[in-house]
Amino acid sequence: MESVAWDTDVSRILAELESLRDTKSVIEQRILALEAQLREINLRNEVSNCDSCSPTSVLDSNSPNGLSRDAIYRYSRQLLLPSFGVEGQANLLKSSILVVGAGGLGSPALLYLAASGVGRLGIVDHDLVELSNMHRQVIHTESYIGQPKVKSAAAACLKINSTVQIVEHKEALRASNALQILNQYDIIIDATDNAPSRYMISDSCVVLGKPLVSGAALGLEGQLTVYNYKGGPCYRCLFPTPPPTTACQRCADSGVLGVVPGVIGCLQALEAIKIASAVGESLSGRMLLFDALSARIRIVKIRGRSLQCEVCGENSTFTQQHFREFDYEKFTQTPLTVPPLKLNLLPVESRISSNQYSEIISKKEPHVLVDVRPSHHFKIVSLPKSLSIPLSTLEARLPEISSAIRKEEDDVEVASGSSVQLYVVCRRGNDSQLAVQYLQKMGFASAKDIIGGLESWSKDVDPNFATY
Amino acid sequence: MEGHAKKQDESLVKLKVLFFARARDITGLSEFPLEISLGSTTNDCLKKLLIKFPGLEEIRECIALALNEEYATDSSIVKDRDELAIIPPISGG
Repeated sequence: MESVAWDTDVSRILAELESLRDTKSVIEQRILALEAQLREINLRNEVSNCDSCSPTSVLDSNSPNGLSRDAIYRYSRQLLLPSFGVEGQANLLKSSILVVGAGGLGSPALLYLAASGVGRLGIVDHDLVELSNMHRQVIHTESYIGQPKVKSAAAACLKINSTVQIVEHKEALRASNALQILNQYDIIIDATDNAPSRYMISDSCVVLGKPLVSGAALGLEGQLTVYNYKGGPCYRCLFPTPPPTTACQRCADSGVLGVVPGVIGCLQALEAIKIASAVGESLSGRMLLFDALSARIRIVKIRGRSLQCEVCGENSTFTQQHFREFDYEKFTQTPLTVPPLKLNLLPVESRISSNQYSEIISKKEPHVLVDVRPSHHFKIVSLPKSLSIPLSTLEARLPEISSAIRKEEDDVEVASGSSVQLYVVCRRGNDSQLAVQYLQKMGFASAKDIIGGLESWSKDVDPNFATY
Repeated sequence: MEGHAKKQDESLVKLKVLFFARARDITGLSEFPLEISLGSTTNDCLKKLLIKFPGLEEIRECIALALNEEYATDSSIVKDRDELAIIPPISGG
Protein backbone atom coordinates (compact mmCIF):
# COMPACT_ATOMS: atom_id res chain seq x y z
CA MET A 1 0.00 0.00 0.00
CA GLU A 2 2.74 2.40 1.07
CA SER A 3 4.73 1.75 -2.08
CA VAL A 4 1.69 2.47 -4.27
CA ALA A 5 1.18 5.84 -2.55
CA TRP A 6 4.87 6.59 -2.99
CA ASP A 7 4.69 5.72 -6.70
CA THR A 8 1.70 8.02 -7.26
CA ASP A 9 3.53 10.82 -5.45
CA VAL A 10 6.57 10.44 -7.63
CA SER A 11 4.62 10.33 -10.87
CA ARG A 12 2.56 13.37 -9.85
CA ILE A 13 5.73 15.35 -9.05
CA LEU A 14 7.37 14.25 -12.29
CA ALA A 15 4.30 15.25 -14.32
CA GLU A 16 4.15 18.66 -12.68
CA LEU A 17 7.88 19.20 -13.17
CA GLU A 18 7.55 18.41 -16.84
CA SER A 19 4.67 20.79 -17.34
CA LEU A 20 6.49 23.56 -15.44
CA ARG A 21 9.62 23.02 -17.54
CA ASP A 22 7.57 23.30 -20.72
CA THR A 23 6.05 26.58 -19.53
CA LYS A 24 9.49 27.84 -18.46
CA SER A 25 10.92 27.05 -21.88
CA VAL A 26 8.09 28.94 -23.61
CA ILE A 27 8.67 31.96 -21.34
CA GLU A 28 12.43 31.84 -21.93
CA GLN A 29 11.96 31.74 -25.69
CA ARG A 30 9.69 34.78 -25.45
CA ILE A 31 12.22 36.67 -23.29
CA LEU A 32 14.98 35.95 -25.80
CA ALA A 33 12.81 37.09 -28.71
CA LEU A 34 11.84 40.31 -26.92
CA GLU A 35 15.45 41.00 -25.93
CA ALA A 36 16.51 40.53 -29.54
CA GLN A 37 13.76 42.93 -30.70
CA LEU A 38 14.86 45.50 -28.13
CA ARG A 39 18.49 45.27 -29.22
CA GLU A 40 17.42 45.73 -32.80
CA ILE A 41 15.43 48.87 -31.94
CA ASN A 42 18.27 50.31 -29.81
CA LEU A 43 20.73 49.61 -32.57
CA ARG A 44 18.59 51.42 -35.15
CA ASN A 45 18.23 54.45 -32.86
CA GLU A 46 21.95 54.60 -32.25
CA VAL A 47 22.74 54.41 -35.92
CA SER A 48 20.34 57.27 -36.64
CA ASN A 49 21.56 59.34 -33.68
CA CYS A 50 25.25 58.79 -33.97
CA ASP A 51 27.46 60.22 -36.71
CA SER A 52 30.20 57.65 -36.37
CA CYS A 53 27.59 54.88 -36.83
CA SER A 54 29.32 52.69 -34.28
CA PRO A 55 27.60 49.35 -33.84
CA THR A 56 27.37 49.73 -30.08
CA SER A 57 26.38 52.35 -27.56
CA VAL A 58 29.79 52.31 -25.92
CA LEU A 59 31.65 54.44 -28.41
CA ASP A 60 30.62 58.05 -27.97
CA SER A 61 31.83 60.56 -30.54
CA ASN A 62 31.02 63.48 -28.22
CA SER A 63 33.30 62.22 -25.48
CA PRO A 64 37.00 63.25 -25.87
CA ASN A 65 38.27 59.68 -25.69
CA GLY A 66 35.39 58.19 -27.62
CA LEU A 67 34.03 56.16 -24.66
CA SER A 68 30.53 56.61 -23.24
CA ARG A 69 29.95 57.13 -19.52
CA ASP A 70 28.73 53.55 -19.08
CA ALA A 71 31.64 52.15 -21.04
CA ILE A 72 34.12 54.08 -18.87
CA TYR A 73 32.61 52.58 -15.73
CA ARG A 74 32.19 49.06 -17.14
CA TYR A 75 35.77 48.84 -18.42
CA SER A 76 37.31 51.06 -15.72
CA ARG A 77 39.67 48.34 -14.40
CA GLN A 78 41.08 47.83 -17.89
CA LEU A 79 41.32 51.59 -18.52
CA LEU A 80 43.36 51.88 -15.31
CA LEU A 81 46.04 49.57 -16.77
CA PRO A 82 48.76 51.88 -18.12
CA SER A 83 49.76 49.35 -20.80
CA PHE A 84 46.15 48.87 -21.96
CA GLY A 85 44.26 52.05 -21.09
CA VAL A 86 41.81 54.02 -23.19
CA GLU A 87 43.60 53.28 -26.44
CA GLY A 88 43.63 49.55 -25.88
CA GLN A 89 39.96 49.55 -24.92
CA ALA A 90 38.96 51.73 -27.87
CA ASN A 91 40.82 49.42 -30.26
CA LEU A 92 39.09 46.40 -28.71
CA LEU A 93 35.66 48.01 -28.99
CA LYS A 94 36.25 48.60 -32.70
CA SER A 95 37.47 45.05 -33.34
CA SER A 96 35.62 41.95 -34.47
CA ILE A 97 36.59 38.43 -33.43
CA LEU A 98 35.24 35.08 -34.66
CA VAL A 99 35.31 32.03 -32.38
CA VAL A 100 34.97 28.76 -34.31
CA GLY A 101 33.55 26.18 -31.91
CA ALA A 102 31.50 26.90 -28.78
CA GLY A 103 32.86 23.89 -26.88
CA GLY A 104 35.52 23.40 -24.21
CA LEU A 105 37.89 26.02 -25.66
CA GLY A 106 35.28 28.36 -27.08
CA SER A 107 33.25 28.59 -23.86
CA PRO A 108 35.75 30.50 -21.70
CA ALA A 109 37.15 32.34 -24.72
CA LEU A 110 33.70 33.71 -25.61
CA LEU A 111 32.84 34.65 -22.03
CA TYR A 112 36.03 36.67 -21.59
CA LEU A 113 35.86 38.25 -25.04
CA ALA A 114 32.29 39.39 -24.42
CA ALA A 115 33.14 40.62 -20.92
CA SER A 116 36.23 42.54 -22.01
CA GLY A 117 34.34 44.50 -24.67
CA VAL A 118 35.07 43.17 -28.14
CA GLY A 119 32.94 45.20 -30.56
CA ARG A 120 31.54 42.33 -32.57
CA LEU A 121 31.81 38.68 -31.59
CA GLY A 122 30.94 35.85 -34.00
CA ILE A 123 30.24 32.26 -32.95
CA VAL A 124 30.31 29.29 -35.36
CA ASP A 125 28.94 25.92 -34.24
CA HIS A 126 26.46 23.45 -35.70
CA ASP A 127 26.13 21.28 -32.60
CA LEU A 128 23.57 20.98 -29.81
CA VAL A 129 24.25 21.24 -26.07
CA GLU A 130 24.56 17.82 -24.38
CA LEU A 131 24.82 16.73 -20.75
CA SER A 132 28.33 15.34 -21.38
CA ASN A 133 29.46 18.86 -22.44
CA MET A 134 28.64 20.55 -19.15
CA HIS A 135 31.82 19.61 -17.25
CA ARG A 136 33.99 21.72 -19.56
CA GLN A 137 31.78 23.82 -21.81
CA VAL A 138 31.03 26.25 -19.02
CA ILE A 139 29.19 28.79 -21.19
CA HIS A 140 26.19 26.44 -21.48
CA THR A 141 23.67 25.74 -18.76
CA GLU A 142 21.47 22.70 -18.16
CA SER A 143 18.37 24.49 -19.40
CA TYR A 144 19.90 24.63 -22.91
CA ILE A 145 20.45 20.88 -23.26
CA GLY A 146 19.18 19.89 -26.70
CA GLN A 147 19.34 23.45 -28.05
CA PRO A 148 21.93 24.88 -30.46
CA LYS A 149 25.25 25.78 -28.85
CA VAL A 150 25.43 29.11 -30.72
CA LYS A 151 22.10 30.14 -29.25
CA SER A 152 23.09 29.15 -25.73
CA ALA A 153 26.52 30.81 -26.03
CA ALA A 154 25.08 34.03 -27.50
CA ALA A 155 22.54 34.30 -24.67
CA ALA A 156 25.28 33.77 -22.06
CA CYS A 157 27.55 36.42 -23.63
CA LEU A 158 24.71 38.96 -23.76
CA LYS A 159 23.88 38.30 -20.11
CA ILE A 160 27.42 39.39 -19.24
CA ASN A 161 27.65 42.29 -21.67
CA SER A 162 24.57 43.41 -23.56
CA THR A 163 26.57 46.10 -25.39
CA VAL A 164 28.55 43.57 -27.42
CA GLN A 165 27.21 42.68 -30.86
CA ILE A 166 26.91 38.91 -31.07
CA VAL A 167 26.58 37.15 -34.43
CA GLU A 168 25.34 33.55 -34.50
CA HIS A 169 26.56 31.31 -37.32
CA LYS A 170 24.58 28.13 -36.72
CA GLU A 171 26.31 25.97 -39.29
CA ALA A 172 29.32 23.73 -39.67
CA LEU A 173 32.35 25.49 -41.12
CA ARG A 174 33.15 24.04 -44.55
CA ALA A 175 35.45 24.97 -47.42
CA SER A 176 32.34 26.29 -49.20
CA ASN A 177 31.30 28.81 -46.50
CA ALA A 178 34.53 29.42 -44.53
CA LEU A 179 35.87 32.37 -46.55
CA GLN A 180 32.57 34.19 -46.54
CA ILE A 181 32.19 33.80 -42.74
CA LEU A 182 35.82 34.42 -41.73
CA ASN A 183 36.10 37.45 -43.97
CA GLN A 184 33.64 39.37 -41.76
CA TYR A 185 36.10 39.40 -38.81
CA ASP A 186 39.51 40.86 -37.92
CA ILE A 187 40.79 37.96 -35.81
CA ILE A 188 39.94 34.25 -35.88
CA ILE A 189 40.02 31.89 -32.90
CA ASP A 190 40.28 28.17 -33.66
CA ALA A 191 38.42 26.43 -30.84
CA THR A 192 37.49 23.34 -32.88
CA ASP A 193 38.12 19.71 -32.02
CA ASN A 194 39.36 18.03 -35.19
CA ALA A 195 42.28 17.99 -37.62
CA PRO A 196 40.48 18.85 -40.90
CA SER A 197 38.93 21.98 -39.34
CA ARG A 198 42.35 23.08 -38.10
CA TYR A 199 43.91 22.87 -41.58
CA MET A 200 40.85 24.47 -43.15
CA ILE A 201 40.78 27.41 -40.73
CA SER A 202 44.53 28.00 -41.02
CA ASP A 203 44.41 27.91 -44.84
CA SER A 204 41.50 30.34 -44.99
CA CYS A 205 43.28 32.71 -42.59
CA VAL A 206 46.29 32.67 -44.94
CA VAL A 207 44.14 33.27 -48.00
CA LEU A 208 42.29 36.13 -46.28
CA GLY A 209 45.32 37.49 -44.38
CA LYS A 210 43.80 37.13 -40.90
CA PRO A 211 45.65 36.37 -37.66
CA LEU A 212 44.69 33.01 -36.14
CA VAL A 213 44.74 32.23 -32.41
CA SER A 214 44.89 28.45 -32.28
CA GLY A 215 44.29 26.40 -29.14
CA ALA A 216 43.85 22.70 -28.51
CA ALA A 217 43.34 20.50 -25.47
CA LEU A 218 43.07 16.79 -24.81
CA GLY A 219 43.36 14.71 -21.68
CA LEU A 220 45.60 16.72 -19.39
CA GLU A 221 47.53 18.66 -22.01
CA GLY A 222 46.99 21.84 -23.98
CA GLN A 223 48.69 23.70 -26.83
CA LEU A 224 48.41 27.34 -27.85
CA THR A 225 49.96 29.51 -30.54
CA VAL A 226 49.25 32.37 -32.95
CA TYR A 227 49.52 31.66 -36.68
CA ASN A 228 49.75 33.83 -39.76
CA TYR A 229 50.49 36.99 -37.81
CA LYS A 230 53.17 39.58 -38.64
CA GLY A 231 55.10 37.27 -40.95
CA GLY A 232 54.89 34.26 -38.62
CA PRO A 233 54.23 30.67 -39.67
CA CYS A 234 50.87 29.08 -40.49
CA TYR A 235 49.62 25.72 -39.21
CA ARG A 236 50.91 23.98 -42.36
CA CYS A 237 54.43 25.45 -41.97
CA LEU A 238 54.59 23.59 -38.68
CA PHE A 239 52.64 20.47 -39.61
CA PRO A 240 52.74 20.06 -43.42
CA THR A 241 51.70 16.41 -43.11
CA PRO A 242 48.48 15.71 -41.22
CA PRO A 243 48.71 13.20 -38.39
CA PRO A 244 47.36 9.70 -39.16
CA THR A 245 43.80 9.13 -37.97
CA THR A 246 45.09 6.83 -35.22
CA ALA A 247 46.95 9.79 -33.71
CA CYS A 248 43.93 12.11 -33.85
CA GLN A 249 42.22 11.55 -30.56
CA ARG A 250 38.94 13.10 -29.55
CA CYS A 251 37.76 14.17 -26.10
CA ALA A 252 34.80 11.79 -26.58
CA ASP A 253 37.20 8.83 -26.77
CA SER A 254 40.26 9.83 -24.78
CA GLY A 255 38.66 12.03 -22.17
CA VAL A 256 39.60 15.52 -21.02
CA LEU A 257 39.70 17.16 -17.61
CA GLY A 258 37.28 20.10 -17.87
CA VAL A 259 39.57 22.82 -16.63
CA VAL A 260 42.32 21.99 -19.18
CA PRO A 261 40.50 23.40 -22.25
CA GLY A 262 39.30 26.10 -19.84
CA VAL A 263 42.87 27.26 -19.25
CA ILE A 264 43.74 27.18 -22.97
CA GLY A 265 40.47 28.90 -23.96
CA CYS A 266 41.18 31.74 -21.50
CA LEU A 267 44.66 32.13 -22.96
CA GLN A 268 43.17 32.22 -26.47
CA ALA A 269 40.91 35.08 -25.41
CA LEU A 270 43.98 36.83 -23.95
CA GLU A 271 46.02 36.48 -27.16
CA ALA A 272 43.08 37.68 -29.27
CA ILE A 273 42.53 40.69 -26.97
CA LYS A 274 46.24 41.58 -27.20
CA ILE A 275 46.14 41.47 -31.00
CA ALA A 276 42.83 43.37 -31.20
CA SER A 277 43.91 46.12 -28.83
CA ALA A 278 47.46 46.23 -30.24
CA VAL A 279 49.23 45.71 -26.91
CA GLY A 280 52.05 43.42 -25.80
CA GLU A 281 53.86 40.65 -27.60
CA SER A 282 51.88 37.82 -29.18
CA LEU A 283 52.72 34.12 -29.12
CA SER A 284 53.47 34.17 -32.86
CA GLY A 285 56.56 32.02 -33.51
CA ARG A 286 56.23 30.39 -30.12
CA MET A 287 54.06 27.58 -28.80
CA LEU A 288 52.77 27.28 -25.26
CA LEU A 289 52.57 23.70 -23.98
CA PHE A 290 50.43 23.18 -20.89
CA ASP A 291 50.90 20.03 -18.84
CA ALA A 292 48.22 19.95 -16.16
CA LEU A 293 49.38 16.80 -14.38
CA SER A 294 52.87 18.06 -13.63
CA ALA A 295 51.77 21.72 -13.34
CA ARG A 296 54.20 22.87 -16.04
CA ILE A 297 53.87 25.45 -18.75
CA ARG A 298 56.62 25.46 -21.36
CA ILE A 299 56.94 27.98 -24.14
CA VAL A 300 59.06 26.75 -27.03
CA LYS A 301 60.16 28.65 -30.11
CA ILE A 302 58.70 27.15 -33.25
CA ARG A 303 59.83 27.49 -36.84
CA GLY A 304 59.24 30.70 -38.78
CA ARG A 305 57.23 30.89 -41.99
CA SER A 306 58.35 28.10 -44.32
CA LEU A 307 59.39 29.30 -47.76
CA GLN A 308 58.29 25.91 -49.06
CA CYS A 309 54.90 25.99 -47.36
CA GLU A 310 52.23 24.86 -49.83
CA VAL A 311 49.83 27.53 -48.64
CA CYS A 312 51.80 30.53 -47.33
CA GLY A 313 55.24 29.85 -48.90
CA GLU A 314 57.11 31.95 -51.48
CA ASN A 315 55.93 30.04 -54.52
CA SER A 316 52.53 29.06 -53.22
CA THR A 317 49.73 29.18 -55.76
CA PHE A 318 47.07 28.48 -53.17
CA THR A 319 44.20 30.88 -53.95
CA GLN A 320 40.66 31.32 -52.69
CA GLN A 321 39.55 29.11 -55.56
CA HIS A 322 41.99 26.33 -54.51
CA PHE A 323 40.75 26.68 -50.98
CA ARG A 324 37.11 26.20 -51.92
CA GLU A 325 37.96 23.07 -53.89
CA PHE A 326 40.37 21.55 -51.37
CA ASP A 327 39.10 18.33 -49.78
CA TYR A 328 40.09 18.67 -46.12
CA GLU A 329 38.38 15.44 -45.10
CA LYS A 330 40.37 13.48 -47.67
CA PHE A 331 43.62 15.31 -46.81
CA THR A 332 43.37 14.40 -43.12
CA GLN A 333 41.33 11.22 -43.67
CA THR A 334 39.00 12.51 -40.97
CA PRO A 335 35.43 13.76 -41.35
CA LEU A 336 34.84 17.45 -40.50
CA THR A 337 31.82 16.73 -38.39
CA VAL A 338 32.73 13.74 -36.37
CA PRO A 339 30.29 10.85 -36.44
CA PRO A 340 31.78 8.03 -34.40
CA LEU A 341 33.72 5.47 -36.41
CA LYS A 342 31.62 2.50 -37.56
CA LEU A 343 33.65 -0.52 -38.56
CA ASN A 344 32.09 -3.40 -40.42
CA LEU A 345 34.56 -6.25 -40.27
CA LEU A 346 32.44 -9.29 -39.48
CA PRO A 347 29.90 -11.30 -41.48
CA VAL A 348 26.30 -11.04 -40.18
CA GLU A 349 26.43 -14.57 -38.74
CA SER A 350 29.22 -13.47 -36.40
CA ARG A 351 27.15 -10.65 -34.94
CA ILE A 352 24.07 -10.31 -32.74
CA SER A 353 21.98 -7.28 -31.85
CA SER A 354 21.59 -6.02 -28.31
CA ASN A 355 17.95 -7.17 -28.42
CA GLN A 356 19.07 -10.68 -29.35
CA TYR A 357 21.50 -10.63 -26.43
CA SER A 358 18.69 -9.51 -24.16
CA GLU A 359 16.70 -12.61 -25.21
CA ILE A 360 19.73 -14.80 -24.57
CA ILE A 361 19.81 -13.49 -20.99
CA SER A 362 16.09 -13.94 -20.39
CA LYS A 363 16.16 -17.48 -21.81
CA LYS A 364 19.17 -18.18 -19.59
CA GLU A 365 21.11 -19.57 -22.53
CA PRO A 366 24.58 -20.64 -21.39
CA HIS A 367 27.19 -18.11 -22.49
CA VAL A 368 30.19 -16.02 -21.55
CA LEU A 369 30.24 -12.26 -22.22
CA VAL A 370 33.66 -10.66 -22.62
CA ASP A 371 33.88 -6.86 -22.35
CA VAL A 372 36.98 -5.66 -24.26
CA ARG A 373 36.90 -2.00 -23.24
CA PRO A 374 39.85 -0.58 -21.27
CA SER A 375 39.51 -1.30 -17.55
CA HIS A 376 38.84 2.36 -16.62
CA HIS A 377 35.84 2.26 -18.97
CA PHE A 378 34.62 -0.98 -17.37
CA LYS A 379 34.67 0.79 -13.99
CA ILE A 380 32.26 3.44 -15.30
CA VAL A 381 29.49 1.02 -16.22
CA SER A 382 29.21 -2.63 -17.31
CA LEU A 383 26.72 -5.40 -18.01
CA PRO A 384 26.10 -7.91 -15.22
CA LYS A 385 28.35 -10.99 -15.26
CA SER A 386 30.53 -9.60 -18.04
CA LEU A 387 34.19 -10.51 -17.92
CA SER A 388 36.55 -7.53 -18.31
CA ILE A 389 39.41 -8.35 -20.67
CA PRO A 390 40.65 -5.18 -22.41
CA LEU A 391 41.44 -5.64 -26.11
CA SER A 392 45.10 -4.78 -25.49
CA THR A 393 45.45 -7.73 -23.08
CA LEU A 394 43.29 -10.21 -25.00
CA GLU A 395 46.20 -12.16 -26.45
CA ALA A 396 47.67 -12.92 -23.02
CA ARG A 397 44.34 -13.68 -21.34
CA LEU A 398 42.82 -16.27 -23.69
CA PRO A 399 43.12 -18.99 -21.00
CA GLU A 400 40.77 -16.94 -18.78
CA ILE A 401 38.13 -17.09 -21.50
CA SER A 402 38.57 -20.86 -21.91
CA SER A 403 38.21 -21.42 -18.18
CA ALA A 404 35.16 -19.13 -17.99
CA ILE A 405 33.54 -21.21 -20.74
CA ARG A 406 34.39 -24.44 -18.89
CA LYS A 407 32.98 -23.05 -15.65
CA GLU A 408 29.75 -22.08 -17.42
CA GLU A 409 29.52 -25.62 -18.84
CA ASP A 410 29.86 -27.03 -15.32
CA ASP A 411 27.49 -24.53 -13.69
CA VAL A 412 24.68 -24.75 -16.19
CA GLU A 413 23.18 -27.95 -17.43
CA VAL A 414 24.14 -27.56 -21.04
CA ALA A 415 21.49 -29.27 -23.11
CA SER A 416 22.83 -31.85 -25.51
CA GLY A 417 23.52 -30.44 -28.94
CA SER A 418 24.02 -26.91 -27.68
CA SER A 419 27.15 -25.41 -26.26
CA VAL A 420 28.26 -22.39 -24.27
CA GLN A 421 28.35 -19.37 -26.57
CA LEU A 422 30.99 -16.64 -26.47
CA TYR A 423 29.92 -13.01 -26.95
CA VAL A 424 32.06 -9.89 -27.03
CA VAL A 425 30.96 -6.35 -26.24
CA CYS A 426 32.63 -2.92 -26.22
CA ARG A 427 31.45 0.69 -26.12
CA ARG A 428 30.26 1.17 -29.71
CA GLY A 429 30.82 -2.15 -31.48
CA ASN A 430 34.19 -1.50 -33.18
CA ASP A 431 36.75 -3.05 -30.84
CA SER A 432 34.40 -6.00 -30.27
CA GLN A 433 34.70 -6.87 -33.99
CA LEU A 434 38.49 -6.75 -33.85
CA ALA A 435 38.34 -8.99 -30.78
CA VAL A 436 36.00 -11.50 -32.48
CA GLN A 437 38.27 -11.62 -35.55
CA TYR A 438 41.18 -12.48 -33.28
CA LEU A 439 39.23 -14.96 -31.14
CA GLN A 440 37.96 -16.83 -34.21
CA LYS A 441 41.52 -17.06 -35.49
CA MET A 442 42.62 -18.45 -32.11
CA GLY A 443 40.05 -21.26 -32.13
CA PHE A 444 36.96 -19.64 -30.61
CA ALA A 445 35.11 -20.28 -33.85
CA SER A 446 31.65 -19.36 -32.59
CA ALA A 447 32.60 -16.00 -31.03
CA LYS A 448 30.14 -13.21 -31.89
CA ASP A 449 30.01 -9.53 -31.08
CA ILE A 450 27.12 -7.29 -30.00
CA ILE A 451 26.37 -4.79 -32.77
CA GLY A 452 26.65 -1.19 -31.57
CA GLY A 453 28.06 -2.23 -28.20
CA LEU A 454 26.82 -0.89 -24.88
CA GLU A 455 25.49 2.23 -26.62
CA SER A 456 22.95 0.10 -28.49
CA TRP A 457 22.16 -1.79 -25.28
CA SER A 458 21.22 1.51 -23.67
CA LYS A 459 19.36 2.72 -26.76
CA ASP A 460 17.45 -0.44 -27.69
CA VAL A 461 17.17 -2.57 -24.53
CA ASP A 462 17.66 -0.67 -21.27
CA PRO A 463 17.29 3.13 -21.36
CA ASN A 464 18.39 3.26 -17.71
CA PHE A 465 21.76 1.80 -18.60
CA ALA A 466 24.27 4.66 -18.33
CA THR A 467 26.06 5.94 -21.45
CA TYR A 468 29.15 8.09 -21.49
CA MET B 1 90.85 1.02 -17.88
CA GLU B 2 89.91 4.22 -16.13
CA GLY B 3 91.27 6.28 -19.00
CA HIS B 4 89.29 4.19 -21.48
CA ALA B 5 86.03 4.66 -19.55
CA LYS B 6 86.59 8.38 -19.42
CA LYS B 7 87.23 8.51 -23.14
CA GLN B 8 84.00 6.62 -23.80
CA ASP B 9 82.04 9.11 -21.70
CA GLU B 10 83.43 12.00 -23.66
CA SER B 11 82.32 10.49 -26.93
CA LEU B 12 78.71 10.41 -25.72
CA VAL B 13 76.26 13.19 -24.99
CA LYS B 14 73.35 12.77 -22.61
CA LEU B 15 70.03 14.38 -23.47
CA LYS B 16 66.68 14.67 -21.84
CA VAL B 17 63.93 13.88 -24.35
CA LEU B 18 60.52 15.38 -23.52
CA PHE B 19 57.45 13.66 -24.96
CA PHE B 20 54.17 15.51 -25.44
CA ALA B 21 50.62 14.54 -26.40
CA ARG B 22 50.45 11.40 -28.59
CA ALA B 23 54.20 10.80 -28.14
CA ARG B 24 53.54 10.52 -24.41
CA ASP B 25 50.73 7.99 -24.98
CA ILE B 26 52.86 5.88 -27.31
CA THR B 27 55.95 5.75 -25.08
CA GLY B 28 54.10 5.85 -21.78
CA LEU B 29 56.70 8.39 -20.65
CA SER B 30 56.85 12.16 -20.33
CA GLU B 31 60.64 12.18 -20.44
CA PHE B 32 63.41 9.80 -21.37
CA PRO B 33 67.20 10.01 -20.91
CA LEU B 34 68.99 9.46 -24.23
CA GLU B 35 72.70 8.81 -24.74
CA ILE B 36 74.04 9.40 -28.22
CA SER B 37 77.45 9.86 -29.77
CA LEU B 38 79.07 13.28 -29.89
CA GLY B 39 78.20 15.29 -32.99
CA SER B 40 74.81 13.62 -33.51
CA THR B 41 71.89 15.56 -34.95
CA THR B 42 68.28 15.69 -33.74
CA ASN B 43 67.49 13.35 -36.65
CA ASP B 44 70.01 10.82 -35.25
CA CYS B 45 68.23 11.14 -31.90
CA LEU B 46 64.87 10.47 -33.56
CA LYS B 47 66.25 7.38 -35.31
CA LYS B 48 67.51 6.06 -31.99
CA LEU B 49 64.18 6.82 -30.31
CA LEU B 50 62.32 4.98 -33.10
CA ILE B 51 64.36 1.85 -32.37
CA LYS B 52 63.58 2.13 -28.67
CA PHE B 53 59.91 3.07 -29.25
CA PRO B 54 58.82 1.71 -32.67
CA GLY B 55 55.29 3.06 -32.06
CA LEU B 56 56.61 6.59 -32.63
CA GLU B 57 56.76 5.79 -36.36
CA GLU B 58 53.03 6.65 -36.43
CA ILE B 59 53.74 10.34 -35.77
CA ARG B 60 57.23 10.63 -37.32
CA GLU B 61 55.94 12.84 -40.16
CA CYS B 62 53.95 15.24 -38.01
CA ILE B 63 55.97 16.45 -35.07
CA ALA B 64 57.51 19.79 -34.22
CA LEU B 65 60.93 19.65 -32.54
CA ALA B 66 62.37 22.04 -29.99
CA LEU B 67 65.90 21.91 -28.62
CA ASN B 68 66.25 23.72 -25.29
CA GLU B 69 62.94 25.46 -26.03
CA GLU B 70 64.39 26.81 -29.30
CA TYR B 71 63.31 25.77 -32.79
CA ALA B 72 65.31 22.82 -34.12
CA THR B 73 65.60 21.26 -37.57
CA ASP B 74 66.44 17.63 -38.28
CA SER B 75 70.08 18.60 -38.71
CA SER B 76 70.58 20.58 -35.48
CA ILE B 77 73.58 19.20 -33.54
CA VAL B 78 72.74 18.10 -30.01
CA LYS B 79 74.97 18.82 -27.03
CA ASP B 80 75.40 17.29 -23.60
CA ARG B 81 72.46 18.03 -21.25
CA ASP B 82 70.26 19.37 -24.06
CA GLU B 83 66.49 19.06 -23.78
CA LEU B 84 64.82 17.74 -26.93
CA ALA B 85 61.03 18.20 -27.06
CA ILE B 86 58.94 15.98 -29.36
CA ILE B 87 55.68 17.84 -30.03
CA PRO B 88 52.90 16.23 -32.08
CA PRO B 89 49.85 18.45 -32.65
CA ILE B 90 46.74 18.03 -30.50
CA SER B 91 43.42 18.52 -32.30
CA GLY B 92 40.96 18.17 -29.43
CA GLY B 93 38.95 20.95 -27.87
